[in-house]
Amino acid sequence: MLLIPCPWCGPRNEAEFHYGGEAHIARPPHPDALDDPAWADYLFMRSNPKGPFAERWVHSAGCRRWFHVVRDTATHRILAVYKIGDPPPGITNLRGAGA
Amino acid sequence: MQRYSWAALARHALGQHRGWTPLWRKAAPRSRYSVVIIGGGGHGLATAYYLAKEHGIGDVAVLEKGAIGLGNTGRNTTIIRSNYLWDESARIYEHSLKLWEGLSAELNFNVMLSQRGVLNLAHTEGDVREGKRRANANRLNGIDAEWLDAAAVERFCPILDVSSEARYPVLGATLQRRGGVARHDAVAWGYARAADAQGVDIIENCEVTAIRIVNGHVTGVETSRGDIAAEKIAIVAAGHNSVLAAMAGVRLPLQSHPLQALVSEPVKPVLDCVVMSNAVHVYVSQSDKGELVIGAGIDAFNSYAQRGSFPIIEGQMAALLELFPSFSRLKMLRSWAGIVDVSPDASPIIGKVPVEGLYLNGGWGTGGFKATPGAGHVFAHTIAHDEPHPLARPFALDRFMSGALIDEHGAAAVAH
Repeated sequence: MLLIPCPWCGPRNEAEFHYGGEAHIARPPHPDALDDPAWADYLFMRSNPKGPFAERWVHSAGCRRWFHVVRDTATHRILAVYKIGDPPPGITNLRGAGA
Repeated sequence: MQRYSWAALARHALGQHRGWTPLWRKAAPRSRYSVVIIGGGGHGLATAYYLAKEHGIGDVAVLEKGAIGLGNTGRNTTIIRSNYLWDESARIYEHSLKLWEGLSAELNFNVMLSQRGVLNLAHTEGDVREGKRRANANRLNGIDAEWLDAAAVERFCPILDVSSEARYPVLGATLQRRGGVARHDAVAWGYARAADAQGVDIIENCEVTAIRIVNGHVTGVETSRGDIAAEKIAIVAAGHNSVLAAMAGVRLPLQSHPLQALVSEPVKPVLDCVVMSNAVHVYVSQSDKGELVIGAGIDAFNSYAQRGSFPIIEGQMAALLELFPSFSRLKMLRSWAGIVDVSPDASPIIGKVPVEGLYLNGGWGTGGFKATPGAGHVFAHTIAHDEPHPLARPFALDRFMSGALIDEHGAAAVAH
């Protein structure tokens, strides 16, 4: 059971939230220029690390706002919370499983 | 290998059963193998067994981070069926079910396959249409499937609440009589024993820490028990597939999630089939010990922690009690989770990855146990011939580039 610190509402029960998966996957600026492997990478390929992971949550039963969480997928410990549009904090190993 | 038989049992009874030998050797890693399989679960062990038995490649090591049988192989709810909607899935799961049907004899080890029938309930008109369509699709693929109306469901599974007052009225169900359950530990032990007898080294407590690649071709692995050279490396690590693939610089379309299950206290036989409900999302069967074995869906968030959150259990318990009101006084004994690797189309990924000599069997998500023999069989063929088995070809990684997805989300009789 996660206790998730919503940046607007404070710590709340996980059941109030919905999960949005990996964060910081930017939509390609020039979609017309992408080939099939590049589309596959954008649509389907994910880092899925064991360790710190930047992810999105929405407080759907609360303020209904999206935000970012850095959570350790091996321990469930939440390492950082920051708002949409903010850059990820300086935690290493955010991208690339086992990297 | 000591063969098991009535005669062997009688012979060992004379020696007070002190003469039985371990099922497999405690092998230490050698410095070189033809094939290294990373992951000693059912799929990895089955792959090793079929590589040795059907393709004559016995120079194989199975590297297991922990101990055999303690990963997902011993954490699933043991359900076996092949009633998938799409042709590609139906073929590979039916291939697997056919292997299940001869597996105890093949391995000389009782995997306790019990073909007690799998019911997939329909609670809405949409469910009814989907169920009938899937049963018809199954029959076109030569898979046994029946549509039962509510009265027939009540006859087949009398303990189920099929009254019209039920919160989730049962309008009918598909039934696969050849579906059922098997003893999951026995599957791991049986394959390990049979692979060991073919010369395969099963190396426990051996964690892979790096995959070596020279000029785009794998050359071996670094492990917690030393370096091992290999011509071919097969990743069969379920929830940890992404971590291992990243060691080779390969990104996969997989997300690792906890999948929880739980068992009740043991009771006398009350449920002689497997009942699954997609709409209210729970599945249940009764083990030979008498425990009800209950499962449902994944926790939504990514995790490698082998534990999930309580609301998931609460939700599946609520669904269970609506279907079986008589279970309301049962105590639940224990719950656990395994880490499953879920793919975007809820179908597995079997075959080559973009590094020479590297192969992957993963992405089975919540449904890998039933596929254990079939997946091992086609994956061994794929490794031996460096070419996908015809049944595995549609499940190649390149489908995420071509767009030829096999979308079993919801189509596969359960929600994923």
